[in-house]
Amino acid sequence: MSNVPSLQITELAFAYPDGNQALYGVNLTIQKGERVALLGPNGAGKTTLVMHMNGIHPTMQGEVRISGELVDSKNKESLKAIRSKVGIVFQDPDDQLFMPTVGEDVAFGPYNMGLRGQALDKVVQEALAQVGMLDFIDRPPHHLSFGQRRRVAVATVLAMKPEILVLDEPSSNLDPASRRELADILRSLDITIVMVTHDLPYAFELCERSVILSGGIIVADNKTGQILNDEKLLKSHRLELPVGFSFK
Amino acid sequence: MSKIPLLLLFKRALIEIPFVFFAILMPFFGEGEKFSIFGVMVYRDGLLAGTSIVVKGTLGVLAAVILSTTTTAREILRGLEKLKLPIIMVQIASFMLRYINVISDEMERMKVARESRGFIATGIKHWKVLATAAAALFIRSYERGERVHLAMLSRGFDGALPSLDTHPVTTRQWVTALSIPGLALTASITALLIGW
Repeated sequence: MSNVPSLQITELAFAYPDGNQALYGVNLTIQKGERVALLGPNGAGKTTLVMHMNGIHPTMQGEVRISGELVDSKNKESLKAIRSKVGIVFQDPDDQLFMPTVGEDVAFGPYNMGLRGQALDKVVQEALAQVGMLDFIDRPPHHLSFGQRRRVAVATVLAMKPEILVLDEPSSNLDPASRRELADILRSLDITIVMVTHDLPYAFELCERSVILSGGIIVADNKTGQILNDEKLLKSHRLELPVGFSFK
Repeated sequence: MSKIPLLLLFKRALIEIPFVFFAILMPFFGEGEKFSIFGVMVYRDGLLAGTSIVVKGTLGVLAAVILSTTTTAREILRGLEKLKLPIIMVQIASFMLRYINVISDEMERMKVARESRGFIATGIKHWKVLATAAAALFIRSYERGERVHLAMLSRGFDGALPSLDTHPVTTRQWVTALSIPGLALTASITALLIGW
């Protein structure tokens, strides 16, 4: 089974009910254990694509498979399994952390997967330890710093033991130290990662491979270093390295 | 038992005043039988009704103040759940507790942003701005609600929140909690029996 890709998207197209088409036939395969940056300008359809990975958006055309299993938003049982395999960390940790304490929030996902009692406590503690937040288990989320909340948000999905971890703008609003700490945590995880970001140096630091989504299709798929060195490519899709940066 | 400083209790209970203000006036206006206390003419019906409102109000406020000073919000939620309040209401209250800080921070930031551009609310002509701000805050909160729901669905939410972990309640706690209602019940039954 190990050669089954974690994520396989074929000819995925999607239009919003108001007729606004966001995706025009996306093809993307990500192997187990890869870390891939999903780059693209605002409005390229990145979030729409992410919402297809766990069936929040029903697939209209094409298909999405998570480690071989078809994402079918009409099949409630398989959807539950898919959502435990795809862990999405949203951009604003306040959207993700809604339970009264950190521990209860991390328990939310595995609880929905049917874990109870000691087994539940164990995965909660493991997940918090993975992000270095075990000491905060009984704290309410609003007493934490932004960087700490982002780490707890990562723990909330790690607790579900996902096959693939999807992060939406993981470095946004983080101070440099929190940004590095999060990078260390992500690197330490033995898991497939898809990272949606505009932070190109962060993509370079963490992901060997990058894809650019622009105008609803994948326009580039290569080693991150090569993509970031292709100034013309970046420019034509409204991506720019910070001033003074180069990866030559 | 609960060791709340009396002064603190008194200060917090002051919140009651605007609500019982009219009850205090009741004995002086009305009709029917009158009599004088310390040289002031009061109406019997008004005095009875007013006193009863003030007493009920004060007892209610004191009970609420004592509960809120001795019990954390989370404990209150647990208690409500234990007392079989419909789970959906406990959940709503729990979400409110979690997000009240987020929303009040957002409101504060909007206020700072307004004032940084020279806006100071002084009178009725500024209500339109404040109303617009309130509407913006409402819409933002509504959209946040949708994002939270999305994040919940992504973690496999299917309608049931994990219930809060509850501590067992000892008999002693039950007896303590029921002592005052019990006393009140005995008093009213006695009053009923002696026909007062």
